[in-house]
Amino acid sequence: MKESVLPARRPARPGGWFHYLANPGRFQKLARPALPWLAAASLGFTVAGLAWGYWFAPADWQQGDAARIMYAHVPAAWVAMAGYAALALCSFVSLVWRHPLADIAAEEIGPVGAGFTGICLVSGALWGRPMWGAYWVWDARLTSVLILFFLYLGHITLIRAFDNKAHAYRAAAILALAGAVNLPVIVFSVQWWNTLHQGNSVSLAGSRIYPTMLYPLLVSALGFYLTFVTLVVARMSAAIAERKTAALLRAAAERAP
Amino acid sequence: MSQSIAVWPFINAAYGVTVAFLAAAGWLALARYRRAAARLAQAERL
Repeated sequence: MKESVLPARRPARPGGWFHYLANPGRFQKLARPALPWLAAASLGFTVAGLAWGYWFAPADWQQGDAARIMYAHVPAAWVAMAGYAALALCSFVSLVWRHPLADIAAEEIGPVGAGFTGICLVSGALWGRPMWGAYWVWDARLTSVLILFFLYLGHITLIRAFDNKAHAYRAAAILALAGAVNLPVIVFSVQWWNTLHQGNSVSLAGSRIYPTMLYPLLVSALGFYLTFVTLVVARMSAAIAERKTAALLRAAAERAP
Repeated sequence: MSQSIAVWPFINAAYGVTVAFLAAAGWLALARYRRAAARLAQAERL
């Protein structure tokens, strides 16, 4: 049965690194030493970005100081969407290759992503009230982000709704993949519909924001992305340890006379 | 004539909610991570 033996050190075939790394034990070996560095970088960039935006960035010529909410709102929105894209990717990997690490990642991304989406909605409402005169309008951008929040909540609920974990992961993965259609709707909503929400100021093609406001925004965004990664990695690491503990306790109970 | 609105309470609330969420999420993740590691170490001694 030589062909069934897995390589001890490195994968045997091209593309095998993906499957080699998608292993809870190997993930733990990488995550444990990386977590303190990730946490320090997250804290540093997030505090620097938010403090820069709150105290030192210039006020907007049109919106005045209210534009400072951008340094919390926009990074939260970007992370909310990137988090859902990561959730959809993990769901795809889970459905196609049945990697247990993808299931664990999907389960732990959900609450963190929902939190960032909630921050995006709340800070957006607090920005909307002084600028538009209303906390909420049924605008295409706002409504599609609210749907994103409900998709996260649906995923969190579904993944915990089954006694059989394998069924739960499959059902939640299908929901996450179907919900991914909402991501381009969020991005292009400001172009497809006449929205009260302003258009995209920063894209891969460039930025329409002056550097003195763009740099704190990018620092804050980097901090939020790192915070998201740190939270998800810490939660995944804890989830793997919890499963291992449960398995060890079950084995000890079976050994007991 | 436009009526101006005090914006700083909204800015402070937005930053307050954001910082409270980030701090709470970080603290909860750290507490769960440390608890899970401690329980695993205990189970491995059995």
